[in-house]
Amino acid sequence: MQVFDQVVLLLLIVVPLAGALLTMMMPGNRPRDVWYFAVVVSALSFLLSVALFLRYDYGAGGFQFQKTYDWLDVPVHISLSLGVDGIAAPLILLNGIILLGGVLISQNIQYRTRDFFVLLLALGAGVYGTFVVRDLFFLFFFYELAVLPMYLLIGVWGSSTDFGTFLRTKEYGAMKLFLYLVAGSVLVWVAILAMYVEGAERGFPTFSLEQMGVLAETGQYGEGFQAWVFPMFMVGFGVLAGLWPFHTWSPDGHVAAPTAVSMLHAGVLMKLGAYGIIRVGMVLLPDGAADWMPILITLGTINVLYGAVSAMSQTDLKYVIGYSSVSHMGYVLMGIATLDRIGVAGAVLQMFSHGIMTALMFLLVGAVYDRAHTRDTHVLSGLFNRMGVTSYFFAIAGLASLGLPGLSGFIAEFMVFTGAFRTYLPLAVLAVIGAALTAVYILRLLARTFFGELDPKWEHLTDASPMEKTVGGAFVLILIFVGVWPAPLMRVINVGIASLPGL
Amino acid sequence: MGLTANLYLLTPEFALAGLAVLVLAVDLVTPDNRKALLGWFSVVGLVALIVISLFMLWQHQDTLYGGLLAVDAFSLFFKVFFMGLGIVIILSSIEYVDKYLTHPGEFYGLVLFSVLGMNVMAMSRELLTAYISLELLSFSLYVMAAYARTNARSNEAGLKYIIIGAFSSAILLYGVSMVYSSLGVTHFAAIAEQMAAGSGAGPALWVGLALLLVGLGFKLAAVPFHMWAPDVYEGAPLPVTAYLAIGSKAAAFALVLRLFTEGLMPAVDQWRIVLAVLAAATMLVGNLVALAQRNIKRLMAYSSVGHVGFILAGVAALSTGSVLATNGVIFYVVAYSVTSMLVFACLISFFNMTGQEEIADFAGLADRQPFLAGAIAIGMFSLGGLPIFAGFTAKFYLFTAVASGGLLWLAGLAIFSSLISLYYYLQVIRQMYISPAAPAPTPLPVAGGQDIDEEEDAQSSIDEASNGVPEKEDHHEDGHHSPPPPMPPELALKPSALMIGVALVMLVGVFWLGVYPAPLLDAIEAASRAILPGF
Repeated sequence: MQVFDQVVLLLLIVVPLAGALLTMMMPGNRPRDVWYFAVVVSALSFLLSVALFLRYDYGAGGFQFQKTYDWLDVPVHISLSLGVDGIAAPLILLNGIILLGGVLISQNIQYRTRDFFVLLLALGAGVYGTFVVRDLFFLFFFYELAVLPMYLLIGVWGSSTDFGTFLRTKEYGAMKLFLYLVAGSVLVWVAILAMYVEGAERGFPTFSLEQMGVLAETGQYGEGFQAWVFPMFMVGFGVLAGLWPFHTWSPDGHVAAPTAVSMLHAGVLMKLGAYGIIRVGMVLLPDGAADWMPILITLGTINVLYGAVSAMSQTDLKYVIGYSSVSHMGYVLMGIATLDRIGVAGAVLQMFSHGIMTALMFLLVGAVYDRAHTRDTHVLSGLFNRMGVTSYFFAIAGLASLGLPGLSGFIAEFMVFTGAFRTYLPLAVLAVIGAALTAVYILRLLARTFFGELDPKWEHLTDASPMEKTVGGAFVLILIFVGVWPAPLMRVINVGIASLPGL
Repeated sequence: MGLTANLYLLTPEFALAGLAVLVLAVDLVTPDNRKALLGWFSVVGLVALIVISLFMLWQHQDTLYGGLLAVDAFSLFFKVFFMGLGIVIILSSIEYVDKYLTHPGEFYGLVLFSVLGMNVMAMSRELLTAYISLELLSFSLYVMAAYARTNARSNEAGLKYIIIGAFSSAILLYGVSMVYSSLGVTHFAAIAEQMAAGSGAGPALWVGLALLLVGLGFKLAAVPFHMWAPDVYEGAPLPVTAYLAIGSKAAAFALVLRLFTEGLMPAVDQWRIVLAVLAAATMLVGNLVALAQRNIKRLMAYSSVGHVGFILAGVAALSTGSVLATNGVIFYVVAYSVTSMLVFACLISFFNMTGQEEIADFAGLADRQPFLAGAIAIGMFSLGGLPIFAGFTAKFYLFTAVASGGLLWLAGLAIFSSLISLYYYLQVIRQMYISPAAPAPTPLPVAGGQDIDEEEDAQSSIDEASNGVPEKEDHHEDGHHSPPPPMPPELALKPSALMIGVALVMLVGVFWLGVYPAPLLDAIEAASRAILPGF
C-alpha cells in the first residue's frame, strides 16, 4: 500500500491521459471495441478514485499522498507536486463516478466514436489533474485541458435546439461556452502571473501553491495587492462555476452537449471553478477574499434566484436542468462566500451532491430525448406510464434538488443556509425563497411531464435501457446514501475546511 | 591572432555553401524525372552538417575575423535549429515541387543558401555582417516567393516582396550608417561600450537606432510594417509561405536577440517602451485582422503577425539580470516553428491532393482525411495556446518572462490577444469537424500557366464527382448521425507517406514540447547565457 500511496495521484492523471492517447491509435472502424476500452480506462480511474477516498486519513488531515516531480529548473522553477486534502478527495471521487457513468451510457455513440472517447478521457484527465496538483502552473494546465475538448464534444456530437422562432445551433452553444470559459481563464492567467511577480519581488519566484501558501501566511501579499487580484480569480474561476452574470454559456452549452458531456460538464467541470476560488483565492488571498465576499454572496444569491426563475420559464427539459444548475451553483458560491465553517463545508458537500444529482437528471433527460426526440415540456406528458423507472429516478433527483430531507441535497443546502444565516441574514432568507422556487418548477415538471396523463402519441415509448437504469440506479443510491449517512463524506470535508485560513 | 587562425570553426558554413553549389551543379546532369533525388541529397547533406556542427562546435566559445562572428552556444543552437528547419522544409516541398514547380535543383539550392544566410545571422556580432547575411537570406527568399513563375499571384508576391525588402534593407542600412557616424563602431559589444560610456549620444544615434528598428520591423512583419506579409504569403508557393512564416522570422529574432542583448542593453530604458508598444500593436492588429480572413494562407500570415507580437513582447522584457526573457523568446520561437510547421505540412499535403487553399474548402475534412484534420486541429489548438501542446507551455513561459520584466500589462494584453486568436483557429477546426462537406468546391479565381491546367483538371473532375452527392443537412441529433456522404474519388486520395511522416515528427514535437520541455530548455539556457553579458 505504501507504493500505492506514492503513485496513486500520478496514476489518476496518467491513466485517462494514456487511455486517450491509446484510443487515438485504435482503428476507427470498430466503435464497440473503442467503447470497451474506454470503459476499462474509466473503470480503472474510478477504482483509483474510490481507493484514494477510502485511504485518505481524515484523522491526520492535511495534504496526503504527496509527491513532487521536478519539471523545470531555474529561472522558472516548476514542479509537478501532487497532494490531496479533504476538499479535493470527495471531488476526485465525484469525477471518478461521473466519468465512469458518462462512458458507460455512451455505448450508442456511433459517429466518430474513437474521437469522442479520446476527447472525453482527455476531459476526465484534465479534471483529475486540476484536483490533485499543488502547483499553479499545472493547476492552470489541467484546468485548460479540461476546457479544451468541450468545443469539439459539443460541436460534433451535440444537438441543435429549434425554438420555432429561432434556432440555437450546437455550433453556437459550443463556441459560446468555449469563448466564455477561455475568457475566464484569461483573468485567471493574468492573476497567476501577478501572484508570481509579487512573489518574485519578495524574493520568492514560485508557482508552488505550498510555497505561495507560506508567503500568504507570512503576509507577503499586501492588502492592496490582494484587493485587485482576488476579484480576478473570483470572476475568472467564477465563469466556470456559472457565476451570474457570466452564466449564460452554461444552459446553452449544456443543452447543446451530448448526454455524457452534459453529465460531466454540469456534474464536475463547473465544480472546478468553485474549487479554484477556494484553493487559490481563499487560501492565498485571505484579505482579498474577506473584502470581496459580500459581493460574491450577493452574486451567488442572484444566481440562486435568477437561475430558479429562469428554470421556471423554460419549456425545454434540458434548459430547465441547465438553469437549475445555475441556481444550484449559486448555493455553492454562497456557501464559499460565507467564510463560515459550516457554510464552506456545505458548499463542498453541495458540489458533490449537485454533481451526482445533475448528472442523473441529464442522463434521464437524455434517455427521454433518445426515445421521444423532443424535450418540449408542453408536448411531453405522462411519461410515467411508459418510462416508469426513468420517472421514479427523475423524481428522486428532483426531490434531492429541491432539498427533501433524506436526500443529499437537503444536508448540503441546510448547511449553506446555516452558514449564511450566521453571516448574511437577509441574503439567506432570499436564498430560502430560491429553494422554494426550485420546488415550484421541479414539482410542476414531475406532475405534468412525468406523472401526468399519458398523451396517446407517447404510447410507443420504452423505458430506459438496462445500462441507463444501472448507472441511474447507482446515482440514486449515492443520493440516498449521502442523504441518510453523510458522515463518511463530511468527516473528510471538515478536515479539509479546518485548514483553510480566515474561517 | 591572425584573421585566419581559427577559420576551421566555419567548416559547417563553408560546407553548406559547397553543398548548395554542388546541388546546383548536380542538377545539370540529373534527368528530369529524377529531380526529387536532389531534395534527398540536400537533406542528407544537412543531416551530416548538423552532426558535424554538433561534434565540432559543442561547448566552443570563440570569435572569428576579429570579432565579426561568434561561435558560441547561441549560434550553435540556432545553426542546428535552422538546418533542421531546412531539412523539414525540403522534405515537405519535394512532392509540391514535383507537382507544381519547375527547376527543382535551383529551388533546393536556394533553400540551402538561405539556411547559410540564417546561420551567419545567428553568428554575426557586427552590424554590416548581420546586414550581409540578412541580404543573403532575403535574396533567396525573393526568388523563392516568385518561384511559380507562370503564376500571376506568385509573381506579384515576388515583386512586392523584393520592393518592400529592398526598401526595408535601405532603411536598415541607413540606420547602420547613422549609428556608425555617431559612435564610430559597428561591433555590437563596442556599441554597448560606447553607449554605456555615454559618448556619441544624441539625436543622430537615436534616429539611427530607430531606423534599425524599423528595418528589422519590416523583416519581422511587425505592425505597422506588416502590410506586405499577407499578400506575399498568399501568392508564394505553399512551402515557401511556410518558410517565410517560420524561417525568416526565427532568423530575424536570432539577430534581434543578439543585437539587443550584446549591443543595445545600455539603452534599454529608451527602447523598452517602444518595443512594448510595437509588440502590443502587432499582437492586437495581427489577431484582429486574422478574424476576417477567408484564405488559409492569409489567415496563417496574420496569425504569424500576431505571434511576432508575442515574441516582441518577450524582447521588450529583456534584461541583463536574468536569462528568463531570452529563454522565453527562444523557447517560443522554437515552439511556434514546430507548431506552424505541423500546420503547414498538413496544408501542403492537402494542397497537393486538392489544389485548394480557402478555409471553406476544409469543410468535412475530418470525414475524408481524419489524420490531416486531427493534425491541423492539434496545430491550431497549440497555436491558440491550449495544453497539452507546445503552444501552451511556450506561452506560459514567455508571458511569465514578460510579466517578470515589469510588463504585466503587456502580458495581460498578450493573453487577451491569444483569446481572440482562438476564435479564428476554432473556425478552421469548425470547418473540418462540424461543417458538412461542401458539395462542389468553388473554383479558384486566378491561376496562370501550368498551374491552371492542373488545377482545372482537378476542379472539373471534383465537380463531376460531386454532382451526384446530395447536400448534407446540418441536423445532427445526438446518436443519430447520418453516415458521411460518399467521397468524390479525387478527395479519397491518401496523403503521401512522406508528408504524413513529416507531420508525425512535428506532432511528436508539439506534444513533447508541451509536456516535457526541460531538455530543450537546458539547451536554450546555454544559448541565452552565451549572449547575455555578465553570465
